[in-house]
Amino acid sequence: MTSRSFQPADPSPPSFRRVGKRFDWFALANSAFLIAVALICILPLIHIIALSFSSSAAAAAGYVKLWPVDFTLASYEFTASRSAFWVSMLTSIQRIAMGTPLNLLLTILVAYPLSKTTEQFRFRLVYAWIFFLTMLFNGGLIPWYITIKQLGLLDSIWALVLPGAVPAFSIVLLLNFFRAVPKEMEESAVIDGASQWTTLWRIYVPISKPAIATLALFSMVEHWNSWFDGLILMGDPSHYPLQSYIQTIVVQMNLGSMSMEELKNLARISDRTLKASQIFLGSLPIIAVYPFLQRFFVKGIVLGSVKG
Amino acid sequence: MRKRQIRKEAPFHLMILPGMLFILTFSYIPMAGIIIAFQKFIPARGLFGDQKWIGLDNFRYVMDLPNFVQVIWNTLYISSFKLVLGLAIPVIFAILLNELKNEAIKRSVQTSIYLPYFLSWVVLGGILIDLLSPSGGLVNAMLKSFGMEPIFFLGDNKWFPTTLIASDIWKNFGYGTIVYMAAITGIDPGLYEAATIDGANRWRKAWHITLPGMRMVIVLLAVLSLGQLLNAGFDQVFNLYSPQVYQSGDILDTFVYRIGLLEAQYGVATAVGFFKSIVSLVLISSAYYIAYRFAKYRIF
Repeated sequence: MTSRSFQPADPSPPSFRRVGKRFDWFALANSAFLIAVALICILPLIHIIALSFSSSAAAAAGYVKLWPVDFTLASYEFTASRSAFWVSMLTSIQRIAMGTPLNLLLTILVAYPLSKTTEQFRFRLVYAWIFFLTMLFNGGLIPWYITIKQLGLLDSIWALVLPGAVPAFSIVLLLNFFRAVPKEMEESAVIDGASQWTTLWRIYVPISKPAIATLALFSMVEHWNSWFDGLILMGDPSHYPLQSYIQTIVVQMNLGSMSMEELKNLARISDRTLKASQIFLGSLPIIAVYPFLQRFFVKGIVLGSVKG
Repeated sequence: MRKRQIRKEAPFHLMILPGMLFILTFSYIPMAGIIIAFQKFIPARGLFGDQKWIGLDNFRYVMDLPNFVQVIWNTLYISSFKLVLGLAIPVIFAILLNELKNEAIKRSVQTSIYLPYFLSWVVLGGILIDLLSPSGGLVNAMLKSFGMEPIFFLGDNKWFPTTLIASDIWKNFGYGTIVYMAAITGIDPGLYEAATIDGANRWRKAWHITLPGMRMVIVLLAVLSLGQLLNAGFDQVFNLYSPQVYQSGDILDTFVYRIGLLEAQYGVATAVGFFKSIVSLVLISSAYYIAYRFAKYRIF
């Protein structure tokens, strides 16, 4: 499969063109249907954003559809006034800052030897099988949890970073990318006396920058979106990353330990708009990087999942 | 000669070592930890510590739980619908999108349909809980304006599985569509031109050219997704379910979570997890084997 972007097979005929003399009803119906489906995909999010900027009265009365009613920032002010929100936001940022570089480093270091031929690296198959087996079988939730617990990682940021440090999918993707690098480049480097380390860092990594950027983005999204590990591995809710924090507030409806002052404020802004603002804040970074995600993502899956 | 080969390979071993250590620690130790399933596990004595062996007692205990069969049934029911629809719907969308000649509309549609794919189930769960609420949710407000009774999508056992399946499709069909679109890009445009000259209409072209062009990818994704049959979607169910829909929505993974981490019955929960892992192992291995045999698909 190629890594071309999606160009139509048939470039630039005008839309709704007339076939002979007949109006193309199919094209019209098709466009209308697809646009409707596209709207179903994004309108829920827009509704939530509108809710988050609306007054609690308007939200409770069901006046809010796709645009804020009685525009107010009260929900955001309340969220911003809670230190727990900022602490968990910092935990999430710290998690990405530590986790993504580690993911990338290990992915590169594992993918490179595995991308070699069996003649170049006789143990390749042994290692490949060791990795492959982890994709076939796992110990399940409880042994995994107990392992992390006994390593003493519970309640520390390392519990969010180390267990997922070697992403199998990324390795597969990068190793296929490495394989596509022309052999001559490596051969000429070896003739010049370069070691395997130099070849990797000076030739393979620079050539694979687009693939590595894709993996970096995936890794960041993955770390940002993860919530379950935070929930079970962090004993103290003040160590939750943002998604786990939002999970407890929005889904479990557990407003936790709030002071009287905060509860009084909460009565003023309503549960619903507050949750809407948390949901929006939880998705904001993803929406912010979405244009890049989309571009890289297409390349990524074309590279990875349909390479056959 | 042999020594030189070993020296040449030394850097490779070194490179792969850190990743290996992580894999051993966080994948292989838990795999060995499955022995908990055969023990009366006391956490204070530790994994691989001095535990009492009780044979298959944990498994018998699970089999005797009144809701275990229901949990298995829920898992299979929810995941098979997700699997079949999750394969078919993107195929249809890829074909329809491919028919779209207006580039601007095409790009906007593509951009919109896979936004939900990147959002976490915490965020999407929060959105759905608000949207589907029987009191004041937008969906029920719409139903009411059509004169219909409000539906408690997330609290009614009649509706909950359907809601799970539909919302899972909603999140993921954009991803599948992109994969199939990629396959369509690889089809030789000459085929379409030839078909046009032969007088084929758009349905015949879709049926005889586009679909066969995607066949390999469809088969491949179908086979590989078969391995996920016991993964009915923990993240989603966990964020959407509540005790009143356990009957229709409790799946193996949520079951393991509650027994294991909430009730701290480690041995029993591990037994269920072990059962799931074994069945998955068989499914995934067969899936990869079939994919390898028929589509020359290989991972490493």
